Amino acid sequence: MAATDSQNTAPARIGSAICRTLPAPSMGRIGERVGIWVTSLLLCLCCMPTHAGVLPDDRADAMYHSYDGGGVEVDGPSVLVLKKLGESVALTGNYYVDSVSSASIDVVTTASKYTEERTEVSGGIDYLYGNSTMSLSYTNSNEDDYKGNNASFGISIDMFNNMTTVALGYAYSWDTVENNLDSSFSKDVNRQNYHLGLTQVITKDMLMEFNFETITDEGFLNNPYRSVRFIDTGSPVGFSFAPEKYPNTRTSNAASIRTLYYLPWRASVFGEYRFYDDTWDIRAHNIELGYTHTLWDRWVLEAKYRYYTQDKAEFYSDLFSGPDVQNFMGRDKELSNFDSHTIGLGLSYDFIHDGWSYIDRGSINLQWEHIWFNYDDFRDIRDTSATPGKEKLYSFDANVITAFLSIWF
Amino acid sequence: MNRQRLIKTLVVSAILLLSGCTNIEPWVKPYERAHLADPVMQFNRNPVADAYFIHVTQSRESARGAEGGSGGGCGCN
Amino acid sequence: MKQCIRQWFATVLTSILLTTPVFAGILSGEAPDFTLRSDTGENIRLSEYRGEVVLINFWASWCGPCRQEMPILDELHNQYKGLGFTVLGVNVEQDPQQARKLLKNMPVSFPVLFDDRSVVSKEYDVIAMPSTVLVDRDGNMRYLHKGYKPGLEQVYLEQVRELIRE
Repeated sequence: MAATDSQNTAPARIGSAICRTLPAPSMGRIGERVGIWVTSLLLCLCCMPTHAGVLPDDRADAMYHSYDGGGVEVDGPSVLVLKKLGESVALTGNYYVDSVSSASIDVVTTASKYTEERTEVSGGIDYLYGNSTMSLSYTNSNEDDYKGNNASFGISIDMFNNMTTVALGYAYSWDTVENNLDSSFSKDVNRQNYHLGLTQVITKDMLMEFNFETITDEGFLNNPYRSVRFIDTGSPVGFSFAPEKYPNTRTSNAASIRTLYYLPWRASVFGEYRFYDDTWDIRAHNIELGYTHTLWDRWVLEAKYRYYTQDKAEFYSDLFSGPDVQNFMGRDKELSNFDSHTIGLGLSYDFIHDGWSYIDRGSINLQWEHIWFNYDDFRDIRDTSATPGKEKLYSFDANVITAFLSIWF
Repeated sequence: MNRQRLIKTLVVSAILLLSGCTNIEPWVKPYERAHLADPVMQFNRNPVADAYFIHVTQSRESARGAEGGSGGGCGCN
Repeated sequence: MKQCIRQWFATVLTSILLTTPVFAGILSGEAPDFTLRSDTGENIRLSEYRGEVVLINFWASWCGPCRQEMPILDELHNQYKGLGFTVLGVNVEQDPQQARKLLKNMPVSFPVLFDDRSVVSKEYDVIAMPSTVLVDRDGNMRYLHKGYKPGLEQVYLEQVRELIRE
């Protein structure tokens, strides 16, 4: 059938005229300049949404989270509310707390057990225009010795009759690192995130998603309490500690591919692979596989497995030969050669399935994950009888539990 | 760094170019999207729990980024 | 690189804001005839409604805006059915089970037809959910609406009144 949509001519002509008058990029190679202008012109001419999108349904989630592993216990609430105002605007708010009780291997070997609380609050607004959703959000996180701020902007565009979604995002963080043992200590960390995502409907039963993210950090990137250890024949244990020294910049790149495939009994299979590398020479890979199954319409079961592996940072060592042998020195196990395995199970029950009063749907959920960490070059120095550098390699496992209630209204 | 910049420019250009092609017929019609609209076919079904798990891994691993986006679903208008 | 990407964002944003989305259109030509089984069990044929104004609404139970629109179409049907107007709901799902369940919880007074083999959806080239086609008394397609947003019912009212008066 023939449909003469009335949007073809006028806005496109106006659009391209305005595009031509935009100031030219002040720098960049010729190729970039041409690229930017050709595509913006084409975009103005062709980017005409033929349908409007919809914002996601209103929802509220209240969760209790708990982590217990390696001597560290962290738990707390997380609350999220998403509410539309009219049909084009949605507001989101999130409140999250980590109550930390830490007797981790680093803490017990260099300091003493501590407790701490970190509170994170964020607010955001989404605006739907045609097929595009623009989002702005601000997050503030606060603990005794670390204050974080983050502002982000994103845009998500549905194309080809909702077959493809492209998302672009930019975020800027400005944090302050302090030291509980030194009230005059205050350093800054600034971070920028650039993100590009593409979701593609492959068949009526399959989705794929690609994500690319580049993050640049600068400032005081290490931990004011953490130390490196070096061989010291004068010490009774054979080694001594010195403060760690990190570079003051870091740039990282990550690329991932994920897929969901529908199985005819209201189930799905999930797969993901991510590749990561950065300027500290760390390279990491992770893969994840998951299976979700709906039972009797109201119950959802899920199972997952994740494997993570990373290569150490260029300046990492478990034991240095002296206190100042390199410009940069670190002994954070997070920067070492290690791998981890995670298995997870989840159960969800829709206690409101067909609507009740103002609530369209409500579910209660429980998820449990067990993670095994195995370090290849971080040693357990609690064993003081061993020769320095020959202690047992460290490993630990952790239980992560989330219990939450979700309602859609 | 230059190669990165060029690749990024090309990727974004390609996407913007293709977005103009509204006459590409979707090979999954809106009335065939019943499976894609099922909650089991959402990458981000439980945003609060997913965000928490990302927080747990980022606190203990060096890798960060490229963890998720949006799309798929019912494609409703 | 940062400046390049900043410029990209600015360009994309400006370009998008410059375009004005419109989701309605004027149609022409005869409405393809079809026969489908209805929720009451009997077969219903579009040409049986020749002489009346027909609003054909393509919907699915998994589509939020479709569900939002149903009560509004029900009201429209009840308001004008005495003047030679009817709403025909066409459910596009391959498995009508979910649709029947929804209709039990949210009954409507207009006929609901099941296009479980997507024959009619293909004939009418349905590319948005929901889609609404207005057919005049002579069986010709006149207006098309893709999607549903609150406020569209005003446009429906105007167009239905116009077609009834012809």
